[in-house]
Amino acid sequence: MTDTPPKKRIATTSLAGCFGCHMSLLDIDERILELVKIAEFDRSPFNDLKKFTARCDVGLVEGGCCNEENVHVLQEFRQNCDVLVAVGQCAIMGGLPVMRNAIMHSDDPLKDCFDEAYISGPYTQNLKHQIPNDPALPLILDSVYACSEVVKIDYQIPGCPPSADMLWQTLTALLAGEPENLPRELIKYD
Amino acid sequence: MSTAKTLTFTIDGKTIQAAPGQTIMQAADEAGFYIPRLCDIEGLRHQGSCRVCTVKVNGRTTSSCTQPAEQDQIVESETEEVLNLRRDLVRMLFHEGNHLCPICEASGNCELQAMAYRLNITQPTKFPYQQPVRSLDASHPDIALDTNRCIRCGRCIRASQDVDGKGVFGYVGRGVHRSVGVNGDNLADTNVDITDKAIAPETCPVGCIIRKGVGFTVPIGEREFDLMIIGADIEGKSDD
Amino acid sequence: MSHKILHKVLHDICAQYDNNQHRMMDVLLDVQRCLKCIDGEAMNHIASLLGCTRIEVEGVVSFYSFFSDTPKGNISIYLCDDIIDRQAGLKKNAKAFEDALGICFGQTTPDGEFSLDYTPCIGMSDQAPAAMVNDIILPNLTPESIHLFIQALRAGTAPEDLDGVLGDGNNAHDLLRSQVHNNIQVRGDVLLCEVGEDAGLHKSLSLAPADIIEQIVASDLRGYGGAGFSTGDKWGFATATQDTERYVFCNADEGEPGTFKDRVLLTERPDLLIEGMTIAGRAIGSEYGLIYLRGEYVYLKPWLEHVLEARRQKGVLGKDIGGLKGFDFDIRIQMGAGAYICGEESAMISSCEGLPGEPKTRPPFPTEKGYFGHPTIVNNVETFCHVARIMDRGARWFHAIGTSASSGTKLLSICGDCSKPGVYEVPYGISVQELLEMSGAKDICAVQVGGPSGHLIARNEFNRKICFEDLPTGGSIMVFASTRNILEIVDYFLEFFVDESCGFCTPCRVGNVFLKERIGKIRKGHAVPEDIDYLKELSNTIIKTSRCGLGQTSPNPVLSSLNNFPLVYSALVNENEDGLDTNFNIQDALEESRHLAKHRSYIYDPDFGEG
Repeated sequence: MTDTPPKKRIATTSLAGCFGCHMSLLDIDERILELVKIAEFDRSPFNDLKKFTARCDVGLVEGGCCNEENVHVLQEFRQNCDVLVAVGQCAIMGGLPVMRNAIMHSDDPLKDCFDEAYISGPYTQNLKHQIPNDPALPLILDSVYACSEVVKIDYQIPGCPPSADMLWQTLTALLAGEPENLPRELIKYD
Repeated sequence: MSTAKTLTFTIDGKTIQAAPGQTIMQAADEAGFYIPRLCDIEGLRHQGSCRVCTVKVNGRTTSSCTQPAEQDQIVESETEEVLNLRRDLVRMLFHEGNHLCPICEASGNCELQAMAYRLNITQPTKFPYQQPVRSLDASHPDIALDTNRCIRCGRCIRASQDVDGKGVFGYVGRGVHRSVGVNGDNLADTNVDITDKAIAPETCPVGCIIRKGVGFTVPIGEREFDLMIIGADIEGKSDD
Repeated sequence: MSHKILHKVLHDICAQYDNNQHRMMDVLLDVQRCLKCIDGEAMNHIASLLGCTRIEVEGVVSFYSFFSDTPKGNISIYLCDDIIDRQAGLKKNAKAFEDALGICFGQTTPDGEFSLDYTPCIGMSDQAPAAMVNDIILPNLTPESIHLFIQALRAGTAPEDLDGVLGDGNNAHDLLRSQVHNNIQVRGDVLLCEVGEDAGLHKSLSLAPADIIEQIVASDLRGYGGAGFSTGDKWGFATATQDTERYVFCNADEGEPGTFKDRVLLTERPDLLIEGMTIAGRAIGSEYGLIYLRGEYVYLKPWLEHVLEARRQKGVLGKDIGGLKGFDFDIRIQMGAGAYICGEESAMISSCEGLPGEPKTRPPFPTEKGYFGHPTIVNNVETFCHVARIMDRGARWFHAIGTSASSGTKLLSICGDCSKPGVYEVPYGISVQELLEMSGAKDICAVQVGGPSGHLIARNEFNRKICFEDLPTGGSIMVFASTRNILEIVDYFLEFFVDESCGFCTPCRVGNVFLKERIGKIRKGHAVPEDIDYLKELSNTIIKTSRCGLGQTSPNPVLSSLNNFPLVYSALVNENEDGLDTNFNIQDALEESRHLAKHRSYIYDPDFGEG
């Protein structure tokens, strides 16, 4: 028993993402049994742990930053993970949410975004004509940020979502302390 | 070949034969040696603007799609130094526009995306995303232009001028504001036609020129660059 | 304006240029001058008159700064915005213009009388701050003088009749009546001394063309634009071609920020320049010369036209020059319209062909295939002036001046923190230190030699010499006192390149934007050590992959300041220990949202629960 190396710790989170990358990670299927032999999950939606219990070796971040809570979680991940990996297009470059930055074609994209969502949108019934302002709602950021614009990101795994094989290869390499070295045919941006 | 291949030079140590007047890229293509490129495409005049085909010739960098082949040239193409230059150029094009691969109908058939795959671009985001505000021209009944994805390669411009004899497209602006404009207030205002070479699917390397009413026709996994690395068709070729 | 009148105006303008598409620059300059605007309708009509497409017209209109598709004022004001003007108090002058006109930069007054814009260096750095008002130059501006000028203009005074002290020398000539001063500080032995009238040309008449080229080669004359290519060799290449329709182009697109020496030559030595071009015409067998005059120097155009005409009258230009049967050579002036890149020889040729000022792919070189595919030699104003002097005094005389690899004298434009800004004609080989002493520059920490694309050198290098083998320069010497912010200078130069890149190739179009962005991050104190490596790598990519000289040199301000002023950078760089990006400011990112959602942040506002 004394020879068993200590298990590596992994944390995962989904910021402004769709959980597709997490689903894809689950697509590693039975390899998850191999994974739990060498690693255990700390803070993650998989185990519903909301706080870090210990410093982690690898943090996987899905999604970019749309609101203050995303920023806060991302900063916590940076502070608690040795290696931080941006997983999927949203984490890497903002993904679909980033469309609000430029493609809104507006001088005031945030206001127009709120108006469209809560006031003037065709499927909106908002008799009070006001933007929801419950103090518990996280504030939306002025624009959508890629993770690397907020904290230092060590690696990125492209894809929407990255394939299970891609995630598996990267994760096992990183857990083994090797640099990310993806086979070319696995690289996809969609 | 109409002209005899009387010149020889080397690319990455491989001996290549060329006819006088051929560019380095043409000679390399015929010898089955692929040099990455985006603005250059067979059948259109060479422009040399994307610079992705940069090679080192006798120690000096130049664009291989415009540089004439010369006797005893020593060309470097797949060295780490040259590959890094190309990676930076491809990244620049990604960061200059709004390239949202997951929602783009060109994804999988996009040369910009395929070039990034070929060049193994996975490292953390190097350059800042510019997120420019760009126009969408949906005025024409058959064709739409989503300029968010335009990489200023000018293939549509040359195809319209030289193949269609029309001049539907042209460059406007200077510097970072340089873009591809249309010959009129919008696309519907021009004499563009669905059968023009300028809007043929192979002309636009990205998803800027879109045909209305079609899209996502080929399932993921079977699209052009799902099935092969860009340039593999040329690499499979040989005139030996 | 009714369609009918518009069409008549356009029709007349195009007819003046024989409805020739290749005279697009002249057509558009006239249209802009006449209508103050070249909008979609005008472009459509111009296209139909010239037999081209509207997008081709639009490509040219949108390329040059002095064309506009929205209305400019009857009086258009372009305030010079470069680093020297900024340091000479640009902000307060800009505010004076805005206050006096009641508009911001980029706007036109509602009555259509005035428009106000910035423009990069207009070649007046020795008398900064300066502005262009329609065709004329107002130098040495102060907020007080700006208010007086605007008052007078509003009262109906024409820009050219505004009160002010007329300049010295030919600036006071009736055709110029300009307030621009020559500021000649040192007259050397070649150009700014007394020169014999057409002495070089007359001696050339008795020589065979090949002998002229031989003399120029023997003199080791190197181009004065900055690159220093052998003039004799360039001429030789053009002569070696089979094509006998050849062109002599003079590059008077003096756009490198901080240089103004060609302005002085064009004012005081136009005969010498034209004489030199005529000799070149004889040497390479050309009948056609062209002077590409930058749009900012349009005030010199009537004067130069006058000199050309006088020379035709004298028989030293035009047909059978100097009585030599069959020696025909004439010159046309082509105006530019505000594009630095047109100082690049092939971009200049594009512009002369009626195209956007984009450099051409080489090979072929202009000496082989230039203007409309014909052999074309492009030389700087100063180079042609030297040619005339060499033909008069001989190659050996010229060769004896300067250093072993750099013959002759060089005109330097010295500006910035010195008491005697102006033009200095000095032999090659002079040290920077000597220049600083001559120009009354004290407590200098940095000197930019050769404009933004040149070298920014520090005190420990002031013993370096101005010559091709050490510090080459097209003529721009900007001196900066130790109170100046080095990174502000670098930042400005990058802004200049971002604005002036033609946008043809990826690295120059996009890469310079990234360089500027990162210098901005460093200036804000948000930089990490990796940012220094990033700047070096990105610079390398831009230099290695850009198509023309602009991109191949645009990272120089970054590289030379990193090299010579490393402490400036290291003082602003901090190790990023917690991995949080210091360039991201959560408070800024939340500000608008707080306002829109009408509540504060429960995470980032420490006083969230209070009140």
